[in-house]
Amino acid sequence: MSALLSIRNLTVQFRVDSGWVTAIDDVSLDVNAGDCVGVVGESGSGKSVTALSILQLHDRVTTRMPSGSILYQGHDLLRIKGSAMRRIRGSEIAMIFQDPMSSLNPVLTIADQISETLRQHQGLTGAAARKRVVELLGLVRIPDAARRADDYPHRLSGGMRQRVMIAMAIACKPRLLIADEPTTALDVTIQAQILELLRDLRRELSMSVMLISHDLGVIAEFAQRVVVMYAGRVVEDAPVAQLFRRPVHPYTMGLIAAVPRLDSDALRLTTISGRIPGPQEIIPGCRFSPRCALVQEGCLDEPPSMHPVSDGQSARCPPRILALSERHG
Amino acid sequence: MVDQPIVEVRDLRKTFAVKHAGGVSTLHALSGVSFEITRGETLGLVGESGSGKTTAGRILVGLIPATGGSVRLFGADITGAEGKKQLAGVRSRLQFVFQDPYASLNPRMRIGGAIAEPIDIVGTHSRKDRNDRVAELLELVGLPRNSIERYPHEFSGGQRQRIVIARALALNPEFVVCDEPVSALDVSMQAQIVNLLLDLQDRLGLSYLFIAHDLAVVRAVSTRVAVMYAGSIVETAPKAQIYSDPQHPYSRALLDAVPRADPDFVRHPVVAGEVPSLLDPPSGCSFHPRCGLAMERCRVERPLLQDSGPGRRVACHLFSR
Repeated sequence: MSALLSIRNLTVQFRVDSGWVTAIDDVSLDVNAGDCVGVVGESGSGKSVTALSILQLHDRVTTRMPSGSILYQGHDLLRIKGSAMRRIRGSEIAMIFQDPMSSLNPVLTIADQISETLRQHQGLTGAAARKRVVELLGLVRIPDAARRADDYPHRLSGGMRQRVMIAMAIACKPRLLIADEPTTALDVTIQAQILELLRDLRRELSMSVMLISHDLGVIAEFAQRVVVMYAGRVVEDAPVAQLFRRPVHPYTMGLIAAVPRLDSDALRLTTISGRIPGPQEIIPGCRFSPRCALVQEGCLDEPPSMHPVSDGQSARCPPRILALSERHG
Repeated sequence: MVDQPIVEVRDLRKTFAVKHAGGVSTLHALSGVSFEITRGETLGLVGESGSGKTTAGRILVGLIPATGGSVRLFGADITGAEGKKQLAGVRSRLQFVFQDPYASLNPRMRIGGAIAEPIDIVGTHSRKDRNDRVAELLELVGLPRNSIERYPHEFSGGQRQRIVIARALALNPEFVVCDEPVSALDVSMQAQIVNLLLDLQDRLGLSYLFIAHDLAVVRAVSTRVAVMYAGSIVETAPKAQIYSDPQHPYSRALLDAVPRADPDFVRHPVVAGEVPSLLDPPSGCSFHPRCGLAMERCRVERPLLQDSGPGRRVACHLFSR
């Protein structure tokens, strides 16, 4: 099966005072039709930069992409015309963000804002647009949708605002929804409601979802496949069950171990020593090597590349993969 | 001798006046909160936005006044008529660590100066004692000695929280209120700071009020846990019990809603509805509009915290005798 979206060897650099810094480096990932891919990583891992690159939402002047391609249904999004990209953005690929309040216009009603998308992409106006707005608000389970449509964003709770953002995103029945930390600003019971809603909508509208999160719990519950990023690189890519049962990259192992658990009586949490490197720090070889408990001499020589482990799992750690294959004969 | 609790909070109430187009409304941030903290203990205060956990912490260290009820710290009543004077007497024995280590440090002050600030304000140390103390504090929180001459922007979020903790410990407090101290940090940094707080408690015999929304982090640090909802404590219990056998339907809903880093985990149905408005709280039990087990009584009568097992208290009519 060919991928709906296929990012290949993408490198993105941003301009700073001293030159160009590499935000993401050699990132490859696929999203298949109907698939739900989770992208997990800590601050500076490059997960949001990857998402923004898909929709080309970076500032053109301060950003460059020296290598790579983003294939969407066979077209390279980095090389198509602006008008074609505008058509894709919002109607084929939609995105929701962490903070619904800063994504909504405070002086327009909910109905006004959703109608704008409908007018732009589907030419709907007047009563037809109104009808569709109420229908969409119902779809995202906003109670009393017809009345809520005329509210301004400040009248809504954080959870309700995120529902409005989702309604706007699915207005044109996109094939791919990119959700960048959609529940991070929400309380835990509201987060559970929003994740449930996204799960149902994905099935009802048969769309693919790329879910970006720092929270391994959210990823474990939602994603079918997981891409783990660290300091601008993909370090592991695996089906969700395999990733949690048999993580291969030492960073994935450390991250899973560091999550505090609801059922643990351990007296101390498991930590990863050291700290996350800044984008300007030069680290020879593997960027995780200064923090890695399993570091070997060869790790500092050159940046490792992704290697397959087994059944759809691959990782950027040749020594670990070698050790695993020897152990299993 | 039975240890006197170092913190005793009785029926604490706090209202805020909220101005809007139609006039002024009263926001009920805390409606009768009671708890105690004994020496060497950590009470984890958990709840969602608007539950009142931060307001309770702020009143406890004297940052804002209470509307009603009482707070006794080390036996001194800081909410009574002599409250200000009483607070001044115990001021140096308590400290506060906030969520955001970026906002808690003056960007133009070197780390050495920031950590020494409480010492300089008290002004009882000689120059040499002051500098020795700063070096000692840096070592205590695991920062290199050469940090003294550096500025906050040179440090990561996790390191900044270490700096803030070092400053909080400068005057040897006995009780520290930590308000979401790790929620702005990445997972790998969060674990380091949680372990640091635990190590410091062991070494210095500190007591903590640990305010957080993350139930798993609260489990890692707490001795006892109090769950708050809409301005009240709905349940309090030793940590092991509250996680294995939550009694209040809200505690259960909260635990059920936490996403688990385990793809095989099968979750219970999600609790519906949202946190009620504190401007117009529901009658009776404030959780009743969302509660699957609500009875007629829950709509009319507000349940009070009462004993529900060894060391346990719950505010729920299901447990009323």
